Amino acid sequence: MANPVSVSDVLIIGGGLMGASAALFLRQRGRSVTLLESDLVGRQASGTNFGNVRRQGRPLHQLPLANRALAIWRRANELLSADVEYLQSGHIRVCYRERPENIAKMEEYAAEARHVGLDLELLTGNALRDRFPFFGPDVLAGSYSAMDGHANPRLTAPAFARAAQRAGAQVFENTRIIHAAKQGTDFVVTAEDGRTFQAPVLLITAGAWGNKLSQQFGEPVPITPRGPNMSVTEPVPYAIAPAVGVMTPVEEETVYFRQVARGNIILGGSTRGPSYPDQYRAYVLPQNTMKQLKQIRRLAPALANLNIIRVWSGIEGYLPDSLPVMGPSATTSGLFYAFGFSGSGFQIGPGVGETMAELIDTGTTSIDLSHYDIARFQKVES
Amino acid sequence: MADREINPRVVVVGAGPAGVRAAQTLLAAGIRPVVIDEAARAGGQIYRRQPANFRRNHQALYGTEAARAQAVHDGFDAIASAVDYRPDTLVWNIADGQVWTASEKGYATVAYDALILCTGATDRLMPVNGWHYAGTYSLGAAQVALKAQACAIGANVLFMGSGPLLYLVASQYVKAGAKVAAVLDTSPFSNRLRAAVDLIAQPAILADGVALTRALAKAGVPVLTGVTPLEITGDTDGGVNGARVRLADGTERHFAADAVALGYHLRPETQLADLARCDFAFDAKTRQWLPRRDPDGRASVAGVYLAGDGARILGARSAEVSGRLAALAALADLGRPVDPLTLTHLRRQVASYARFARGLATAFPWPHEQAANLPDEAIVCRCEAVTAGDLRRVVNETGAKEANRAKAFSRVGMGRCQGRYCGHAGAEVIAACANIPVEQVGRLRGQAPVKPLPVAIAPEGEE
Amino acid sequence: MTQGRFVRLAEQGRAPLTLYVDGQPVTAMEGDTLMVAMLATGRVLRTSEFGDGKRAGFCLMAACQDCWVWTEDGGRLRACSTPASAGLRISTNQPGASWPTAK
Repeated sequence: MANPVSVSDVLIIGGGLMGASAALFLRQRGRSVTLLESDLVGRQASGTNFGNVRRQGRPLHQLPLANRALAIWRRANELLSADVEYLQSGHIRVCYRERPENIAKMEEYAAEARHVGLDLELLTGNALRDRFPFFGPDVLAGSYSAMDGHANPRLTAPAFARAAQRAGAQVFENTRIIHAAKQGTDFVVTAEDGRTFQAPVLLITAGAWGNKLSQQFGEPVPITPRGPNMSVTEPVPYAIAPAVGVMTPVEEETVYFRQVARGNIILGGSTRGPSYPDQYRAYVLPQNTMKQLKQIRRLAPALANLNIIRVWSGIEGYLPDSLPVMGPSATTSGLFYAFGFSGSGFQIGPGVGETMAELIDTGTTSIDLSHYDIARFQKVES
Repeated sequence: MADREINPRVVVVGAGPAGVRAAQTLLAAGIRPVVIDEAARAGGQIYRRQPANFRRNHQALYGTEAARAQAVHDGFDAIASAVDYRPDTLVWNIADGQVWTASEKGYATVAYDALILCTGATDRLMPVNGWHYAGTYSLGAAQVALKAQACAIGANVLFMGSGPLLYLVASQYVKAGAKVAAVLDTSPFSNRLRAAVDLIAQPAILADGVALTRALAKAGVPVLTGVTPLEITGDTDGGVNGARVRLADGTERHFAADAVALGYHLRPETQLADLARCDFAFDAKTRQWLPRRDPDGRASVAGVYLAGDGARILGARSAEVSGRLAALAALADLGRPVDPLTLTHLRRQVASYARFARGLATAFPWPHEQAANLPDEAIVCRCEAVTAGDLRRVVNETGAKEANRAKAFSRVGMGRCQGRYCGHAGAEVIAACANIPVEQVGRLRGQAPVKPLPVAIAPEGEE
Repeated sequence: MTQGRFVRLAEQGRAPLTLYVDGQPVTAMEGDTLMVAMLATGRVLRTSEFGDGKRAGFCLMAACQDCWVWTEDGGRLRACSTPASAGLRISTNQPGASWPTAK
């Protein structure tokens, strides 16, 4: 066998936000790192998502991780020497008149979240419309998180990868890994073109492709590829500071929007589309665009005056319980996972990278990872 | 699929020369196509019709092409009520065997067994510093203003760029009584001599072209070749006041004008072919990516056909032929009898137009080297006001060398026009900066909607 | 300077119509596009969102999207492909940040 292209302390497969940030934080801990990306860094889920830097609405047990991530977001531009367009401009979750039961849920969530460092202000529909006059009459109430906000996903993961590279990480793009195995004390992974890479620690952050690698270690997971349903309007005068989303049990009603400082309004949500990891393609279904616009008009009627100029999607990996796989392997020592973030990984991404770096470097972390154990998908078989 | 054979659903997008001839061919074979066109009246851009209350005749509007324009218009008028004609309607996306339309009435879907895309072309642009000043228009715009609205784009118009349209529109302006400051062609005259071997394939068109140049000279319009545009002068409030150029002899000169018509031949509108998931290939001669197709117009995706300038820039006359050919290919694939001699005859004509087009590309080359020399402050992407310097910074600082990657980081091509007017030049700026061949930069992937779509849009028939 | 950017060369016998640009009445003709109506008497259509000055359209064939103008009631029109109609009220400036409250 040919000599490996690189031998390092840690190999990371998957150059999304999780892998790129883990690479940076591992370098900060003095570990040598090789980051392998099958395409270009941050091109799929990490680069095509809505860009919500949102803690509210996450499971309460995830808030410590989200708070850790928030601390990184707040210093992201200095950390990365790049502007990722992070705006701590607030986030509002609203519910509709026809689902008044959501108010009680919002109140309960706010009461509990306060103990985990997330302050939420509850507003009636009219109070909300006084402060944010773009909300439509269907909006019954809202929960405002002043410390949440949004950032530009197209720029973020690549900025982490460049920062990791400047800090000494080796980054290989267009490197599609087809085989991974532990040989003795080291992992040896092989790319499609025959190149190999070697390290005693392997971190798999391969998103929708994660299962292709985890199953090589006897740990298959039921991951489903889907794609976000995204649109963007023409630029209009900056008037909408917070990111906005709807709390509803109905997928089609689940829309959200945010205005970037340049003026464009990014619309997301309603029905997700299919995506095809093997072909590296994801398509926006036109019927989903139409459903999204209908829901957006309901949420913010003033947006009906505008035009959308582009739609897009990307490849995201969903797990049945909408929670990621994050933590050590149950079968193989030295193997770690962080993938399957099920459409809600962007805000926590830098926190995931820092937590995984801590776990790999010290063998432990203060973040509770019990909900994300990969073994939860193996229990049925045993 | 008996129904597909007995009563196939055929959709033609575009009602220019290619679309009109395709629709006629289908109708003659007993198929009633759906013809969807963005314009209010058929004819396309080249034979674009003026509003109904205008009075100029075909000769005044189309000159040497009057008879052809008239034939296309009359041909469509004769079948308009026999086909399912949907004017003022945009096809904004394609998925799962359906086109998605948008119009004042709302959105709708049309399912197809065969889809013939006759989407036409728009101007190909090379930026020049100052081209964002009010009063710079595309060459095609200058022509549309005259043909469709009886207006000149300014009181003293400078024509700059390259390609046959440069001379055609300038001479149309002279004929209509507009003042033309000068015609400044970036291609050296010697290229035309080298192109003669191919241009002779269409002697009549060549003769028309030579006559245009003579008419301009006779009118006293300065016509200069081998010119390098340096900047369009003016200011952000008042707009254009002229252009500074370097002449073939190396001297610099300023031409005063209150409008500049700028263009470098044409580029096909391939967004729908892209959304239909057709394969593309790089054409080295014209340095652009074009959808693959067979000689009859079959795209790489079964059931999709490409005709006219929307597939290859071969001109309006060729578009009429390739429109018929694409319709015949669709008919053959639907199991209808098609006369092989007709096919041979039409293919031969297209081949001749293709040879002529090759000659035009030699005579009036895309001046890609200008991209390398654009000053950093020159705007490349007019929609987003992204400069050549912004784009170069992204290439140098982030290593982005692929078109979509550079778009993601710099916003070049991310604006309202979706890269129509900056995509080609942006790729050249990246290639020159990264010192790689432009084909390695790739092409901007098409993304719906093909044109801006109102957030207010609802299904047809619904408020 | 009040001279228009576009110069009418023919077809001047059409019926007149009046629309309003930045509050001022503008006389155009039936069959004009909104763009021609505005530029036959004015110099610009809109202001670029990104600080690079005034714009007056570019392609005239509904491809470049450089001629979208605001109506006074917050609507959006593509001037080159919209027929001019009597009573239209157009602003060549962007609305203020209060646009989302427009009904």
